[in-house]
Parts: sequence; structure tokens; C-alpha cells
Amino acid sequence: MNKLKIAWARAQDLLSGDQSADRVVPPSGYTSSLTSFVAGAMAFLSVFALALSLATGRLAERWSNELANTSTVRISAPEGQAAEQAKIALEILKVTPGISSARLMTQEEQRRLLAPWFGDQLPMENLPIPSLIEILEDSQGPDVQGLKLRLAAEVPGAVLDDHTRWRRPFVTAASRLRLLGLISIVLIFVSMAAMITLAAQSALSANDQVIKVLRLIGAKNSYIVKAFVRRFTIRALLGSTFGTLFAMLFILFLPRVAEEGAFLTGLGFRGWHWILPMFVPFLAALIAFVATRIAAKHTLQGPS
Amino acid sequence: MIELKKAGFSYGDGAILADVNVHLAKGSFHFLTGPSGSGKSTFLKLCYQALMPSAGTVKVLGKDVRAMTQDDIAMVRRRIGVVHQDCQFLDHLSLAENVLMPSQVSGRDVRDDLTNFNQLMDWVDLMDRINALPAELSGGERQRAALARALILSPDVILADEPTGNVDWAMGKRLLGLLIELNKMGKTVVVATHDMNLIREAKSEVPARVLRIQNNSLLVSGADL
Ligand SMILES: Nc1ncnc2c1ncn2[C@@H]1O[C@H](COP(=O)(O)OP(=O)(O)O)[C@@H](O)[C@H]1O
Ligand SMILES: [Mg+2]
Repeated sequence: MNKLKIAWARAQDLLSGDQSADRVVPPSGYTSSLTSFVAGAMAFLSVFALALSLATGRLAERWSNELANTSTVRISAPEGQAAEQAKIALEILKVTPGISSARLMTQEEQRRLLAPWFGDQLPMENLPIPSLIEILEDSQGPDVQGLKLRLAAEVPGAVLDDHTRWRRPFVTAASRLRLLGLISIVLIFVSMAAMITLAAQSALSANDQVIKVLRLIGAKNSYIVKAFVRRFTIRALLGSTFGTLFAMLFILFLPRVAEEGAFLTGLGFRGWHWILPMFVPFLAALIAFVATRIAAKHTLQGPS
Repeated sequence: MIELKKAGFSYGDGAILADVNVHLAKGSFHFLTGPSGSGKSTFLKLCYQALMPSAGTVKVLGKDVRAMTQDDIAMVRRRIGVVHQDCQFLDHLSLAENVLMPSQVSGRDVRDDLTNFNQLMDWVDLMDRINALPAELSGGERQRAALARALILSPDVILADEPTGNVDWAMGKRLLGLLIELNKMGKTVVVATHDMNLIREAKSEVPARVLRIQNNSLLVSGADL
């Protein structure tokens, strides 16, 4: 608790506090604007990587949910035999391991399924529409090949249609994409740490005269470290705030397409997920803080 | 305040100073003289730990410099005001910010030193120049600003390296007058100069000892030359 208070006091000290401490390090043109730019660009990229991870995660979840349960048996049989064959098929399905339930769909349900293609006025009674049995699988699922053979032998008009099974590789792909997004986020922040370290080191060596003067008038290393850390932390915070806001606006105004259809256009944040990218600037500032601190302490270790 | 015993220093090859024994007592006034390149600045740097002795011991404010950490050295420098030969300002800050910088870096509330700052600016007659950048100051103004910065924390010891180096005779006399005044207030003063006229000028006003660097060693004499 006490440690937390000290850390908080330090953070406040760093961000508010006396202006003049900030002026000790001269406004060194390109290294500090480089830091802002890098932080901004990296924040922008990481927000996209985050959106990608979240979107592909959602997609993988949805697809695997759909995969988990349904398939259908379609029975096309000459008139008069359809009902009989459906009955046999149902009996087979009920005793097949891996199937939790099987149910003949009503004409009304079938009409609704076909409505997108033929309109809802379709006179079903007069058409040779196949009967449909909806199968709910349990978590294991049935032995598809065995079931197909058995149905072929006993119900000549039956076709097992495991229509969602083709999506299984896509679920794997979506999970991989999510992993890729997460790895990208880590790499982005590591690169940012590396670049800020380089920028801080170059600023430290560009300002060796300033550091020398500060030491001559009695500045401790901690004071000098703080002056540089402040500069870079604030730069990174500002840059990454811009980058993050820009990326969030960009994502907000991406054209909306149903997520089921095209997963790249489903890129975006849903609900409370909008809070996540807001942590990016703070993470960037924290990284700048640590990277500059290490670089400065390392540089200042030498004799005065 | 500062004591050197058998102290020596070399930058690598040849020795600059060897077997230096001297004690700069509290309230004393010393001139440090010798031809250009003889080691005056080097001697002063040993006194404020910009350099560490290659031989012997240097004790500052009662402490052996070899046993000092970087933070210890920083603390010593807050109690020793140094007027550097080349002033050593932060070029992007105004005169006022530069003069107040020792107060700033030592973590004091700068407002506590504003009274002192105002008096110092009056004393060195720079009140109307406080917003100027170092590059905009004349040689004399720079030297006086450097003196003011050395004094902002009211140090006990003042080390001035060629404080009259870049100024005309009248200004040199004026700066010398300021240093003598400080010594009369009880401060320990060391002035490095190659200007013999300046030392003669001071002789009548202050009981100063003269330290002369010759052939790498430090000779101590009285006020007479
Ligand atoms: N950083 C350095 N490296 C090597 N030699 C130096 C260095 N600084 C000064 N010297 C040499 O040390 C000698 C003494 O220099 P210095 O103490 O500045 O003399 P002064 O102040 O009396 O003019 C000179 O010969 C100078 O060339
Ligand atoms: Mg010199």
C-alpha cells in the first residue's frame, strides 16, 4: 500500500510538477519528435493488432459454436415412401452414439428455410421437397463415415449433410490469426522500447555538455535521469495518445459488414472492448519511462 | 576546508602536478598563479572533484575524495561555489534560470532563494539582464553571472578560475572587489589568475597568500611577490 502511494506520488511528480525541471534538457529537435512519432505509429499499429485479435477471437468462437452442434439428414424419396424412410432414419439416428437428438423438421420450418429463395408463399404441399431431419450432436459428435454407410444401406433416399464441418480449418485459422495479433502487439511494444532506448541514448550523448554542467553545479544523477525520463515519457504519452485516437476513429468508421460473412470487415471493437485500446498510451508511457530510465542510468554510471 | 597532501595529478603521460601539500583554511584568501598551461585549472578541478588525484590525498570539507560517491560529490559541489574559466552555462536558459539552477538541481524550493537572487543580481549589477541568454551577454556580464551562480546557495568556499580573464581592467578590478568582499564575510576564496597586476592590486586590501605553480610543484608564499 505504501509502495503504491510512493509510486503514485512519483507519477504525479513526473507528469505535473515544476516546469523548470523540464527545461533543463534543451528541446532537442529530432530525437524527441522521433520519440513522439515512433510512439504514435506504434500505438496505431498496436490498436489494429488488438482489433484483429479480438475480431478473430470472436469469429473463432462463433464458428466453433456452430460446428459443435448441428448437421442434417435430407431424405429424397418417391412419394409415399418419404414418411417411412424418415421414420427409419430417425430410429437409426436415435441409437447412434454422438448424437444427442434428432428431429424431423415441420413443413412450416422448412418453408422458413426456403423463404429466402422462393418467397414465403411457396406451396410446399405440391412440391417434391425432401424431408429434413435436424441433428444435434453432443460434444464428441458421431462417427460420420459409419453413419453415412448405415444410412445408405437402410435408407436409400437419405443424405447426411454435415454442412458446417468444412469450417473446421477456418476455426483453426482464426485462432492462429488471433495469436498472430497478440504476438504482433508484443513485438510492437518491444520495438517501441528499443527505439525509445536508442532515441534516449542519442539525446543523452547530444546533451553531454548539459549533463556536465548540471553535475558541476551539484545535480545528482537521479535528478538528471528524471529530467530525461520526464521528457521521453511525456513525449511517448502524447504521441501514443494521438496514434491510439487516430486508430480508434479509423476503426469506428470502418464500413460495417455482417461479421459472419467477411472476417476482415468485421474488424473492430464491440462493447466494453473499446476500453482496451485506451490502455495503449499508458503502456507506451510506461515503456518509455522504463527504457529511458535504464538508458540514462547506464549512460550516467561513468565518472563525473 | 580543502587539504592536499602529497597530491599529484597527471592526464596520462607527464605529471601536471606532483607532491602538492597545501591547506586552504576557513576564511583564507589565496591567489593561485603560474604561467598559462602550468596547471592552475587542474589544481582547482582537484578541489571540486572534476578530477581525482593520481597520487596522495585530497580532503574536501573533511572528507577524503577517494571515498566519495557521485552523490557525495554532488553534495560537496553545493557547498563550494565555482566560477569556471569558461563559465559553463546552459545556453538554452536565461541568465536568471542559469543563476538559480544550483537551487533547482539541489531540490530546494527555488522561491526560497529568490531574495538571495535579487540581492545577488543587484550586487553584480545584472538586474536588467536577467532574461538575456548567455550568448547575448558580454564577457564581463558572463563572469559576473557566473559569480552570482556560484553564490546562490551561499557556499562556504569560492573557487574562481581566471574570473578576470575576458574582461577589461576596470571590470577585473570590480570583480576582484566582489571576491574580497566575500572573503570579508568569512568565506574561503581561491582565485586562479596569471595576472600579476591583479594580485598586486589586491595586496593592500586583503591578507592573501599566493600559491605559485612552477615545474609541476606548488610553492606557497606570503602576500609578497
Ligand atoms: N583533458 C586534458 N587532457 C590532457 N591534457 C590536459 C587536459 N587538460 C589540460 N591538459 C594539460 O594540462 C596542463 C595544465 O592545464 P591547465 O590546468 O588548464 O593549466 P592552466 O589553467 O594553468 O592554464 C596543460 O599543459 C594542458 O595542456
Ligand atoms: Mg586554466
